[in-house]
Amino acid sequence: MNWSSFSDFLAMGGYAFFVWMSYGVTALLVVAEVAWVVKQRRRSLARAQVQRSIREWSST
Amino acid sequence: MVSDPIYPLSAWELPVNFNWCLTPITVLRRDLLLTLRRPAELMTTLFFFIIVVSLFPLGIGPQPELLREIAPGVLWVAALLASLLALPRLFAADHADGTLEQLALAPQPLSLIVFAKLVAHWLTTGLPLTLLAPLIALQFDLPSSTVWVLVASLALGTPILGAIGAVGAALTLGLRGGGVLTAVLVLPLYIPALIFGAGAVEATLGGLDAGGHLSLLAALTVFTLTFAPWAAAAAVRISLD
Amino acid sequence: MAIHWFKYAAPASFYGLAGRMIPWFTGAAVVTTLVGLYIGMVLAPTDFQQGDSYRIIYIHVPAAWMGMFTYLVMAGWAAAGVVFNTRLSGMMVQALAPTGALFTFVALWTGAFWGRPTWGTYWVWDARLTSTLILFFLYIGYMALRASIDDPRRADRAGAVLTLVGVVNIPIIYFSVQWWNTLHQGASVRPGSSSMATVMLTGMLVMAFAAWMYTIAISLARVRSIIIEREQHSAWVGELLVAEGHGRPSGTSEALPGSNEQGAR
Repeated sequence: MNWSSFSDFLAMGGYAFFVWMSYGVTALLVVAEVAWVVKQRRRSLARAQVQRSIREWSST
Repeated sequence: MVSDPIYPLSAWELPVNFNWCLTPITVLRRDLLLTLRRPAELMTTLFFFIIVVSLFPLGIGPQPELLREIAPGVLWVAALLASLLALPRLFAADHADGTLEQLALAPQPLSLIVFAKLVAHWLTTGLPLTLLAPLIALQFDLPSSTVWVLVASLALGTPILGAIGAVGAALTLGLRGGGVLTAVLVLPLYIPALIFGAGAVEATLGGLDAGGHLSLLAALTVFTLTFAPWAAAAAVRISLD
Repeated sequence: MAIHWFKYAAPASFYGLAGRMIPWFTGAAVVTTLVGLYIGMVLAPTDFQQGDSYRIIYIHVPAAWMGMFTYLVMAGWAAAGVVFNTRLSGMMVQALAPTGALFTFVALWTGAFWGRPTWGTYWVWDARLTSTLILFFLYIGYMALRASIDDPRRADRAGAVLTLVGVVNIPIIYFSVQWWNTLHQGASVRPGSSSMATVMLTGMLVMAFAAWMYTIAISLARVRSIIIEREQHSAWVGELLVAEGHGRPSGTSEALPGSNEQGAR
């Protein structure tokens, strides 16, 4: 263990701004990408559902 | 053998069959003719080059030492942009009137036809830019020894710009926002040519030998001219489907 | 050969395979990220030269590797698409591009925030930073081209040509930027060029592995959406909707990526 306390960890030896800007933006981008993929998944399923309904409707 | 009306040159009776090179030669002559009959388009590209280059002293200031220092980069970037603007001339008109489709149906390899178009394009874009460069070098107070290196670097480099640009132009045929899109696709790929070309001039300015830069640029030209027509032909076929 | 690889080249069968693989890769990504961050952020000692600013290495280097490697994988899929003319190849290239661009951007961003305490500026025209920037432009170019082509098959093939032209150019770009850089500013001091302690190296390698797992998981999830979108007119997608329980006529589906796939073959 490198740190003596949690605030010590957050301070990053005086480099807090640079380290947390790097990690923060990376985390934000990863979360955004995951959210985007989830949204894309829902949208594609919804569209396919509409297509299926149209197919069923036109075949009956 | 009765001469074929489409290929006037096929009246030649040769022991080896050279017919495969007739279509490319016809395309080359046709493209040259078409451009020369509408010289305004060609002149617009050249004036664009001159105007962009002239803007830099106005934006930066007229100090001769500063201008001399930025001249290689400015001239090369302006040449890059000018040849970018000329790219639609390569395929767009032929695509619009269906000529490109006919060319793609020709029995000769399409890459050879694309190569012929590239030669015609270079003769009407790259070559005039190269010849114009010494004149513009005067504006930037470049010493005469550097001017020759500049001309050599542009002569070697502009074929690369046309050949890589042909791939981008072919990929974006008929797409909305084609011009800007071509720029985004093609400009990153122009970077090596820019580095070696402008670097050659800069090296001479700094009293160094430009031979290394020019050799690398020449190698890049040969490499690009070997593979780019092939890729551009593939791209043309994709855009025609 | 017992495994029929080409069976999975059909989007319909790959869809199921990807669905079965996603939970494993997601789990591996989460676990290795946590382990890597623990090693790098908690266990690893402070660097005696750079202080704690060096800890950016745990995302910077893996992101830079992943950004480069993803482009190579894209080129591999693009080549497979040109040679075998499989539909899946173009979809995989499309699915990988945003993640590759993301990692390349992360490499640039973290490089800037590492450069500031180390070099004194956010941006230097260092050879590696510059080539990474150009790589980012190549990703943007691919996505811009795709976005402006409506016909997905044409977009696949045009994207494949562009990716292959790009991958041929990457070594030339790297070499030319290196050459340009050494002429203009000499060798620059690089963060992390000194020999690293084993703990630090371990943390970095674990994080690199985590980036791999994440990329595989997210691109598989994305390719599944792409497959559904492109094949929405085909019968198998309709059957799949019923089998997976999205087939309610009322329509609001609550599916998440990686939801279980027993119904799919």
